[in-house]
Amino acid sequence: MQIPVEGFMYPNEVELQWSVLIVLYPFITGLVAGAFILASLERVFRVEAVKPTYRLALLTALAFLLVAPLPLQLHLGHPERSLEMYLTPHRSSAMAMFGFVYLWYLMAVLLLEIWLDYRRDIVLKSQSSTGITRLFYRFLTFGSSNISERSLRIDDRLGYTITLIGIPSAFMLHGYVGFIFGSVKANPWWSSPLMPIVFIFSAMVSGIAAVMLLYMLSTRLRKKEIDMRCVDKIAQYLMYTFIIDFSLEMLDLIQRIYEADESFRSLDFMVHTRLWTSQVIVQILLGTVTPIALLALTQLLNFNEVIRRRIYAIAGCLTVVGIFAMRWNVVIGGQLFSKSFLGYTTYKMSFATREGLLPAIVLMLLPFAFLWVLVKLLPPWPDARTASASGTAPAHGTT
Amino acid sequence: MDITRRRLLVLLPAAAVAWKYVQAGTPEAAPNYKIAEHWWGMLIDIPKCIGCGSCVRACSEENDVPDGYFRPWIERYHVADWKIERPHVDSPDGGKEGFPPTEEIGGKNFFVPKLCNHCEDSPCTQVCPVGATFVSPDGVVLVDKNYCLGCRYCVQACPYGCRFINPKTNTAEKCSLCYHRITKGLTTACCEVCPTGARQLADLKNPKDPIHEFLKTHTVQVLKPHMATGAKVFYNGMDGSVR
Amino acid sequence: MFKDTEHLIRLAVVIVILLVVFVLLRAAVVPKSFGQYGHYRGNAITEIAARTPAFAGHEVCEGCHIDVIDQKKLGRHANVPCEACHGAQAKHADDPTSVKPQLPDTAVICARCHEANSAKPRGFPQVASADHSSGLACNTCHKPHQPKIEDEPKSAPAGGKK
Repeated sequence: MQIPVEGFMYPNEVELQWSVLIVLYPFITGLVAGAFILASLERVFRVEAVKPTYRLALLTALAFLLVAPLPLQLHLGHPERSLEMYLTPHRSSAMAMFGFVYLWYLMAVLLLEIWLDYRRDIVLKSQSSTGITRLFYRFLTFGSSNISERSLRIDDRLGYTITLIGIPSAFMLHGYVGFIFGSVKANPWWSSPLMPIVFIFSAMVSGIAAVMLLYMLSTRLRKKEIDMRCVDKIAQYLMYTFIIDFSLEMLDLIQRIYEADESFRSLDFMVHTRLWTSQVIVQILLGTVTPIALLALTQLLNFNEVIRRRIYAIAGCLTVVGIFAMRWNVVIGGQLFSKSFLGYTTYKMSFATREGLLPAIVLMLLPFAFLWVLVKLLPPWPDARTASASGTAPAHGTT
Repeated sequence: MDITRRRLLVLLPAAAVAWKYVQAGTPEAAPNYKIAEHWWGMLIDIPKCIGCGSCVRACSEENDVPDGYFRPWIERYHVADWKIERPHVDSPDGGKEGFPPTEEIGGKNFFVPKLCNHCEDSPCTQVCPVGATFVSPDGVVLVDKNYCLGCRYCVQACPYGCRFINPKTNTAEKCSLCYHRITKGLTTACCEVCPTGARQLADLKNPKDPIHEFLKTHTVQVLKPHMATGAKVFYNGMDGSVR
Repeated sequence: MFKDTEHLIRLAVVIVILLVVFVLLRAAVVPKSFGQYGHYRGNAITEIAARTPAFAGHEVCEGCHIDVIDQKKLGRHANVPCEACHGAQAKHADDPTSVKPQLPDTAVICARCHEANSAKPRGFPQVASADHSSGLACNTCHKPHQPKIEDEPKSAPAGGKK
């Protein structure tokens, strides 16, 4: 298809290299990192109030982390060669090193932490269930059915250590994605030392908002009572994190406008024309300023539970949309202008092709399908309790 | 005159030796090519370029470049008055069929041929996650199309816009400095056909190379020096407006 | 004591097994020439160098077409390589009798260099072909290998000078 070009672009630049799938990827890994940080708030920083969302946050992180490599596989010219990144990683490449950061986070942090926290329930279910699920639980027990007081205490200590390691790991996971963009000196829209930090904080914002929304929605669907103390706390953390994130982004913007280097005129024009809707309207006004204002209102004024829940839901949804818009503006925005600073191209997103809108939508829905399965196999609900043979209460885990 | 292959070989021993390897299609470079003795670059003489597009067409033919993608290309600049920060540039189909007459009157008008700069500190090889693109021991940045994943990170990292993804192989591609020619004692296809000598191959390790000599005695520039890429394509007579 | 950490020991064993599998996989799958010169497949260099050139290079043409060369080297096109106009001729050089090159069409090919354009260097010979030849093919008056028209006119050209 003919791609409309304004001004001059180097001939090979006209077609965009990274599509909506590459927008999806940092969005998904961001949700993972953010959900995990919320979980660690309880475990490491002992914020009691958010305990009801602990296990849900971990499962959400896992569901999204499992889907994360899929947009990349669809995007690669030769997905069958992707193992090369693990077999012959080029150490100077941020993308190659990220493969290991991802693997480390998945295996050593997330899976291990979930396993340790759920182990008592897994062992009990391996004894009480039947059929294929029984085989599944038995596999997860690694053949050991010891859930004595002492073993559970050991699990708890180990889990604590893993969460402790997990926090910098989560920062690395998404900070690295920021670095993949931020280290490209050829692209002035991306190249910035602030990029990893901005990505981390926007990841936290999106993850916290996503877990908050999922908790509220799932509790409603199960016709149970939403723990307002929990949700109020989460909303508070969301607001503070958002203020930091917004400050960082504004700092970047103000510095760019003030210094006005050789790329500025071109980027400024791009924001005012091609990125106006997605950046100024969706990301900044609707996706950042509005949720912060709404959340600030709930902190300053005394609203009743119903109104607070509505505000949190609206703020949460706007937040998630806003952070998606931020990823879009970074990835797509970075490719809409020419490196000659003399022209602009257009992103023509197709629908039912390998990198089109349809697979993007499917990939966004897939984590919820995974989450549904995970929630069935490993119920995270605070009031779901597996009958224990010995009657001992777990050292940590469900309330 | 009755030309036979044998006579051709007798007439031109030097070309014949290289040609034998060309015909046999043997995987080694010609036996007298010592990889460590060369460090390749190029000189572009802007005042000589006439924008005929021969280089773009020749490379297309030599290297099977797909339509709409460019290994070398030509840009035409129009600089009004003293305004070198705001040139007007165009490159219709990369300059492949030459350039239509311009409407721009007055000011400075000139052509700038471009290609991969075969950087010594190449940012594209730095970011390749698997080692599919690399700087060869003789200074040519090459792509191993049997190893490339097609992740496109290198295309993003190149400041000069010289890389693309070949839609047939789904791998990264760019000017290879006609590696299959220069290792056989020939010059690149674009330098071969350039009618005015605006493009000339340079061996920066060879002190007797006349182009190497030229670089030592003339004012030359590289594109985007602030990127510190160690570019080895040098431009003689380049205006400050060139991006 | 070990009874209570049994599950962790089993997990550790699984991890070690996975690592060993990875190392073995790596030894089996990574191409042998990888790392020969640097972080890439050494064979890639020989594979890339093995491609057959499409352009023969003007020295090869000069081996046979001595008469044309003698004419060309006295004229304005002395430094214009043969294949700039005649296209890639490696196949022809390889088998001169059975592969016959097609003569280029001067109506198209000359204009690419010589059509007037303000971006071309001032001193370079260029004409606005509509005024210069009003649509006639260039070789009506010019000999491509010796393009400068001699002072005595041989036949009436359509109009204008070079």
